[in-house]
Amino acid sequence: MKTITTETDLGTYLVRLGDDNLIIAQRLGEYIASAPELEEDLAIANTGLDHLGIARHLYTLAGAIEGDGRSEDDFAMQRPERSFTNALLVEQPNTDFAFIMVRQLFFDAYQVPLWRWLSASGNVDLAGIAAKGLKEATYHLRRSSSWIVRLGDGTAESAARAQAAIEGLWRYTSELVTSDDLEDRLARNGLVPRSSDLAGEWTVTVDAVLEDAMLMRGSDPFQTSGGRTGVHTEHLGPLLAELQWMQRSYPGATW
Amino acid sequence: MSYDVPVAPGEAPADVRGEGSRSHGWPLWEVFVRAKRGLNHTHVGSVHAPDAETAIQNARDGYTRRAEGVSVWVVRSSEIHASDDAVSMFEPFEDKPYRHPTFYEIPDEVGQL
Repeated sequence: MKTITTETDLGTYLVRLGDDNLIIAQRLGEYIASAPELEEDLAIANTGLDHLGIARHLYTLAGAIEGDGRSEDDFAMQRPERSFTNALLVEQPNTDFAFIMVRQLFFDAYQVPLWRWLSASGNVDLAGIAAKGLKEATYHLRRSSSWIVRLGDGTAESAARAQAAIEGLWRYTSELVTSDDLEDRLARNGLVPRSSDLAGEWTVTVDAVLEDAMLMRGSDPFQTSGGRTGVHTEHLGPLLAELQWMQRSYPGATW
Repeated sequence: MSYDVPVAPGEAPADVRGEGSRSHGWPLWEVFVRAKRGLNHTHVGSVHAPDAETAIQNARDGYTRRAEGVSVWVVRSSEIHASDDAVSMFEPFEDKPYRHPTFYEIPDEVGQL
């Protein structure tokens, strides 16, 4: 058994962030060709590809730190569901456009302060990835925010759908901004922020957008978690089955 | 609509409002991208969007995702007025080459104009 060192902790943390980005990229990819307009298909594809690019960087860095020769593909394609440590929010399956934008708003509002903090991380490689992520996430937040305002302040139908999505996803929001022992250890070394330190900005950002959109925060007090320890909702398994099918069926296949 | 796209013989009129497409009434916007500072904005195409801010965002994702630009303008297609009758409008200029400033010596100091 490996002893826990700052290096192994950092690798674990990088995979966690990589999983967030890979899984939401897959969800966004699933929606391409279903958006209300071709233009939205393109924008959703761009957003998904941004997340996928970040996931690749994070996995590659995790593999380099681990030193066992695991590649980005190994992390993405060769791990079972229980090894994925993405937040539960990002694996929630697409329903409608409002749902996708609300999920994105909640995630973007978390990623912007996260990347801003990490761009000053004591690990320069991670800081470089975060600087790229910050630019992308800032735009993602701008886009998701403006869509939430349009949906909330749009028709009765669009507002009802946006509000329903907020209610449905609210229970997955605390997990994004809750810390654990891993983060505590890394935070003491100045490598990563504690997620709980991002909670204030997350709340300010989301509240401002919802107020602008004339929508309400979720009213359900129940909050769930488990993603960071590999305990997922029933939705991640089918997502991974589709994502990993090719590499599982034809290991090492290239073309 | 005042978007008078010249129609070549045998060509169907342009469907500038996107009617008949999957667009549910979102207006069309013309997109102009400036490739870098110092250059002019150049027309690159169009997008559907419900309002100007969304149009700029859609233009960004449709037309600048390969680093094509540093600035985007959008304008409602219905606000563009186009010339017609290319024969009388433009052909009279084709036999007036003396209007090209090709008969001047440009001093080296001027450099690239």
